[in-house]
Amino acid sequence: MKIIGFVCLDSALAAAEQAGSKDKEFSSAVTLVEVPCTGRVDVVHILRAFREGADAVFIAGCLEGNCRFQYGNIEAKKRVILTKSLLQSAGLEPDRLEMFNLASNQEWRFAEIVQEMVSRVEKLGPNPLEKVNK
Amino acid sequence: MIIAEQKPLNDIIQMLEGHQRVLVVGCRSCVAVCLAGGEKEAGILAESLRLHSELKGKGWDIEEITLERACEKEWVREMEGAMEGKNAIISLACGVGAQVIHDIYPGVFVIPGVNTISMGAPEEQGIYMEKCGGCGDCVLHLTGGICPVARCSKSLLNGPCGGSQNGKCEIDPETPCGWDLIYRSLKEQGRLDLMDVVIAPKNWRPSRSGGLRKTVRREAVQTEEEKKIREAGQ
Repeated sequence: MKIIGFVCLDSALAAAEQAGSKDKEFSSAVTLVEVPCTGRVDVVHILRAFREGADAVFIAGCLEGNCRFQYGNIEAKKRVILTKSLLQSAGLEPDRLEMFNLASNQEWRFAEIVQEMVSRVEKLGPNPLEKVNK
Repeated sequence: MIIAEQKPLNDIIQMLEGHQRVLVVGCRSCVAVCLAGGEKEAGILAESLRLHSELKGKGWDIEEITLERACEKEWVREMEGAMEGKNAIISLACGVGAQVIHDIYPGVFVIPGVNTISMGAPEEQGIYMEKCGGCGDCVLHLTGGICPVARCSKSLLNGPCGGSQNGKCEIDPETPCGWDLIYRSLKEQGRLDLMDVVIAPKNWRPSRSGGLRKTVRREAVQTEEEKKIREAGQ
């Protein structure tokens, strides 16, 4: 299983680090891509992650109203909505992609997010591109 | 500027069937400003098509390029190298650009990736409003700088119709009545006297009713002699 998480440096990354140190274990299937703000994540980044074989992608940013850059997480949310519709048209389940918001001290929430995405992949199966490429 | 809107991905995929080597062409002018077909949108469309092709095993070879201005031949010719081996182009330029691209590469199948909507301007980020009807006989000096052809739903030239209610048009409660805007603008300018000017029945021949419009600026047109001199110099 391969899950890519684009994580905001200020919130989700800190939560992920705390989750590790507080025994809130999360799946090793997750590769975290650190971004200065989720507003930096572009549609092309998400699509490329799927093309490279990701089974699921999530974007985890600050709680709305808490963005260091004021509205980067809101921009990310809009891009996720657009990308979900592109995925649907391209032939991939939109549920493989999700946006989450959390605070840096919510390590339990980070673990939940990862578990949520793991469950989705278990339900949807691996990225069908893996099969095509084989 | 020209306002356009990208076609749904499904429609583009359908139009593309039967073509393998594809160039997605964006334009850095109007369609980039209205976020329909600039460099960013060209990249997203190309990546979406690659994903679709790989998922469905279609074997499409998708490349992308963005031109400075797709409505001018000189700029379109700059994609000569990228065109090598391509048998289809998805144009994210407006309908004008798509046709100029076709003029330069007549043997290549040109797919319109956007719908060209209007001549307008951004109202705010992500919202674009039609401003000009392109009627070929401008009366903005009489109408407070607001085009009655484009901004009145009926293109009335001498005041609002009975469907104007509380400053809104009858077609939609969100659409401002063009003539209400004109009245307010003239009032602000202290030129309400212009409301009394009767605009004669409009000659629509300079508009689309006269058929294809060709504009000639005589002082700019090259004489045969000039053309020969320029060709010799190249």
